[in-house]
Amino acid sequence: MSNKMLTWHPACSVEDVPADGGACALIEGEQIAIYYFARRNQWYATQNECPHKRQMALSRGMIGSKSGEPKVACPFHKKTFSLESGLCLGDEAYTIRTYPVKVEEGTVWIGL
Amino acid sequence: MEMTGRTRVVVVGNGMVGYKFCEKLLARSAAFDVTVFGEEPRPAYDRVHLSSFFEGKSADDLSMAPLSWYAENGITLYLSDPVVDIDREAKTVRSHHGVVVPYDYLVLATGSGAFVPAIPGVEKEGVFVYRTLEDLNLIRYYARGARKGAVIGGGLLGLEAAKALLDLGLEETHVIEFAPRLMPRQIDQAGSDILKHKLESLGLQIHLSKNTQEIAGDDAIRRMDFVDGSHLDVDLLVISAGIKPRDEIAKLSGLEVGSRGGIVVNDRLQTSDRSIFAIGECALAHHMIYGLVAPGYEMAEVVAANLCGGDKTFLPFDMSTKLKLIGVDVASFGDPFTNDCRTIIYEDTAKGVYKRMNVSTDGRHLLGGILVGDADQYNMLLQTVKNLTVLPPDPEDLMLGSRGGSADTGTGVMSLPDEALICSCEAVTKGAICHEAGENNITTFEGIKKCTGAGSGCGGCVPMVKDIIQGVQKQKGMYVRNTVCEHFSYTRQELFDLVKIRGIRTYDEALSAYGEGDGCEVCKPVVSSILASLWNDMILEKGNAVAQDSNDRFLANIQRGGTYSVVPRIPGGEITPEKLIVLGQVAQKYGLYTKITGGQRIDLFGAHVSDLPVIWEELIAAGFESGHAYGKALRTVKSCVGSTWCRFGLHDSVSFAIEIEDRYKGIRAPHKLKGGVSGCIRECAEAQSKDFGVIATEKGWNLYVCGNGGSKPKHAQLLAADIDDRTLIRYLDRFLMFYIKTADPLTRTATWLDKMDGGMAYLKSVVVEDSLGIGAELEAEMEQLIGQYKCEWKEVVETPELRKRFVHFVNAPEKKDPEVRFESLRGQIKAEDWNRVG
Ligand code: SRM
Ligand SMILES: Cc1cc2nc3c(=O)[nH]c(=O)nc-3n(C[C@H](O)[C@H](O)[C@H](O)COP(=O)(O)OP(=O)(O)OC[C@H]3O[C@@H](n4cnc5c(N)ncnc54)[C@H](O)[C@@H]3O)c2cc1C
Ligand code: SF4
Ligand code: FES
Repeated sequence: MSNKMLTWHPACSVEDVPADGGACALIEGEQIAIYYFARRNQWYATQNECPHKRQMALSRGMIGSKSGEPKVACPFHKKTFSLESGLCLGDEAYTIRTYPVKVEEGTVWIGL
Repeated sequence: MEMTGRTRVVVVGNGMVGYKFCEKLLARSAAFDVTVFGEEPRPAYDRVHLSSFFEGKSADDLSMAPLSWYAENGITLYLSDPVVDIDREAKTVRSHHGVVVPYDYLVLATGSGAFVPAIPGVEKEGVFVYRTLEDLNLIRYYARGARKGAVIGGGLLGLEAAKALLDLGLEETHVIEFAPRLMPRQIDQAGSDILKHKLESLGLQIHLSKNTQEIAGDDAIRRMDFVDGSHLDVDLLVISAGIKPRDEIAKLSGLEVGSRGGIVVNDRLQTSDRSIFAIGECALAHHMIYGLVAPGYEMAEVVAANLCGGDKTFLPFDMSTKLKLIGVDVASFGDPFTNDCRTIIYEDTAKGVYKRMNVSTDGRHLLGGILVGDADQYNMLLQTVKNLTVLPPDPEDLMLGSRGGSADTGTGVMSLPDEALICSCEAVTKGAICHEAGENNITTFEGIKKCTGAGSGCGGCVPMVKDIIQGVQKQKGMYVRNTVCEHFSYTRQELFDLVKIRGIRTYDEALSAYGEGDGCEVCKPVVSSILASLWNDMILEKGNAVAQDSNDRFLANIQRGGTYSVVPRIPGGEITPEKLIVLGQVAQKYGLYTKITGGQRIDLFGAHVSDLPVIWEELIAAGFESGHAYGKALRTVKSCVGSTWCRFGLHDSVSFAIEIEDRYKGIRAPHKLKGGVSGCIRECAEAQSKDFGVIATEKGWNLYVCGNGGSKPKHAQLLAADIDDRTLIRYLDRFLMFYIKTADPLTRTATWLDKMDGGMAYLKSVVVEDSLGIGAELEAEMEQLIGQYKCEWKEVVETPELRKRFVHFVNAPEKKDPEVRFESLRGQIKAEDWNRVG
């Protein structure tokens, strides 16, 4: 991580994100996709824009894993991205930004 | 070679072959400092698939490797900067911008340019060549103001260009060929006749034996005048009459070039100066220019290996090719034209198929041949030629494929020798693939591609690679199963049965019971579709929404820009004026683009996700239902007007189409389902191109099944003739349910039938004769599904928890996506273009 200061922003309540799915929040003018893996109780956040055709769509993609690595598949052309590294899991050199997430008293917080 | 420091290699030309050379060299050794000069503004891209640019691929999609790849591999890359001079004494090159770089070895990979014949008027505006992305951009721009286009050249590249003009939507597209046949290098006259006929049916106008005398017009082209005195009005012309090797700088620096162009090289690809190599389309090897990518890659391999101390030579390369031209397969292999042989010819003018095999006079070996219209057997035939395989007693079986469900004749891919070259782009043998699949246990195509490179080039060998993997597994005594993905090691059919027996109702339960990990975008829709086919529960209930494909999750198809389309059901294509008016009013109110679809209904495009529930609320109030345009479900049952109005109609096809559409609406299947009902044999509803089609006869109805349109059109086949409407529905219930239970994911009915042992005869025995004794069970299961039907949109509109998911921002539900942008076109909106080349 860089030593840039993180600011935590409240994004939404826990119920706003469907279990094992994603939702998009608007934070400081940025579209952030938030994903909730209910089976392992883990949260992830990334940019909402898919770098392939620059579509604001990742929050609407299906989530899952590849060899244990959590990922999201863009609904447009099914390019998949690691939610940990942000790297495209195909051969292409796309990356997406990832953000830290914490949950406190039913509120989801995103660090920008 | 005596060299202490690092070796400096300069590559001139960053096309497909120049790029491949860098990749191969650096994969072998890190001892080189590589500098590349490219004349084009972007790094190497896939020229072979250039035309897919007009089908929506972007420049990035075509790129061979991103700019970052060059940096990561330590390559110095100069773009938009051609080399203009080689100083062979000093061993340096100088670029247009004045960069001077010394070399130990120089590799010329300058490719070729379009050959433009000296016809008066070629310099006029509106005349183009077809070689680079820039050419395509210029053509695309100019085509907006053009109506009639022509291409000079009926060879491989000319027909590619003609396809592009068709894609651009010109009113007329003409192909002008000097020779008396199309693709004179690849196919014979009979093949050309069939191809011409097929291409004409697709909208091309083809002129053979035509010699262009002049291109007329003031500044811009207006007309072509031919030597035979005829004319053609055109306002856009693409010249694609052949290629001309780019040997200018070679010539300038005194290297030997051929009398008709091309840099002369020996079989180690050295030019007349031993430290300078030439590879790809600029090289004249064995007195010829190899105008295909696979031999170019082999040349790159030879030079890369030899620079690393190897001792490889470039041997005469097989020029067999298989292409898909405007959707028509064309292939030629081995020696297609030899007359010193016995020829076997198969021709079906109705289907547009022509096949020719040249067999040695003793009948033992295949020498070559031609395939037009259906080239499925190409790989096998090519391997049979290359490996001098001894032919079976009925060699025509090889080109016709095994017919009538007869057993494998022993000529499959596993009978090839280990040396057989399966992937010619990456030079991978059958032995290498067997080794990885056998000893190293790599059992997926992706895995084999990764470790051998097979299938990463033109992709033509992919089916063979898959067959080899399966073959090896079978040899190892393993039962080969098409399992769903890493999370479920079951086939769809096995999973279907398990889910049914256990009474599983959600994806989560299925994953806990039979899967592992978190699931993914492959298994989620498969399981969701099974659940829907078994229970027909509302698909968004019980936490199942997130296990649906994104379109199913939002009950609408996502469009460019992120808005959605709205497609209400219009059964049989029949609609009252009142309902038409409502559609117009809703479209107007929410600013939607309106279009009549190819399925006889009306699509409203450009709806924001948060508007979907209100739009549907209004439509439902007017009596509409979901059209399931987003689901793997029944789409439309197309009808013709039939006996109610048409003077030829035998029965009331509209009423029957509506009945069938209402019966099966909402039912989920492995892929989408389409139907049609025609009132007589004139077939205005195109029923024979559907998954099920019904045609009225004097005595009742004929039922056809397993047809489709799409990229691989298939005519439906007759399942039962002259049956009454109740029998027809019974057969349809059985047929559809049998398909739903047994097909692999995303397999249309035609492909399902193709893979079925015993084919149509077997299907008929199951559905009509009830040979498995499951007829009643299938009917009962269908009845249960039909009984469960509810309009999904109605449930969403009426259920607040479901409705609240239709927002773009969870923390600002009233806000729409600000990134959505529209342009205007003919008085309506359209999504902003995402392919604008920057
Ligand atoms: C709207 C429409 C084009 C039009 O403007 O006319 C259309 C639009 C789409 N078609 Fe189609 N197809 C439409 C008629 C057809 C037809 C013609 C027909 O049905 O008579 C065909 C060929 C016939 C056939 O399917 O056998 C057709 C063959 C396809 C295919 C290829 C299917 C195949 O098996 O090869 C796809 C891709 C797929 O489904 O995987 C496809 C997929 C699509 C998708 C869903 C692509 C996507 O995922 O976004 C398009 C989205 C439409 C939307 O957002 O609403 N569409 N599509 C037509 C809608 C008909 C309707 O009322 O539901
Ligand atoms: C529309 C189309 C369809 C095709 N379809 C097929 C197919 O289906 N199958 C098949 O096998 N082949 C096909 N080909 C042919 C295939 O694309 C070529 O064989 C292949 O691109 C040759 O690669 P190359 O690197 O030798 O040349 P190129 O790809 O042409 O690359 C040469 C590069 O060098 C640059 N250059 C030239 N001079 C200089 C200089 N002095 N300094 C710096 N740079 C320079 C050029 O600008 C160019 O970018 C097709 C070609 C076209 C145009
Ligand atoms: S509507 Fe169908 S044919 Fe047209 S672009 Fe979309 S998928 Fe392709
Ligand atoms: S826009 Fe996301 S994969 Fe294409």
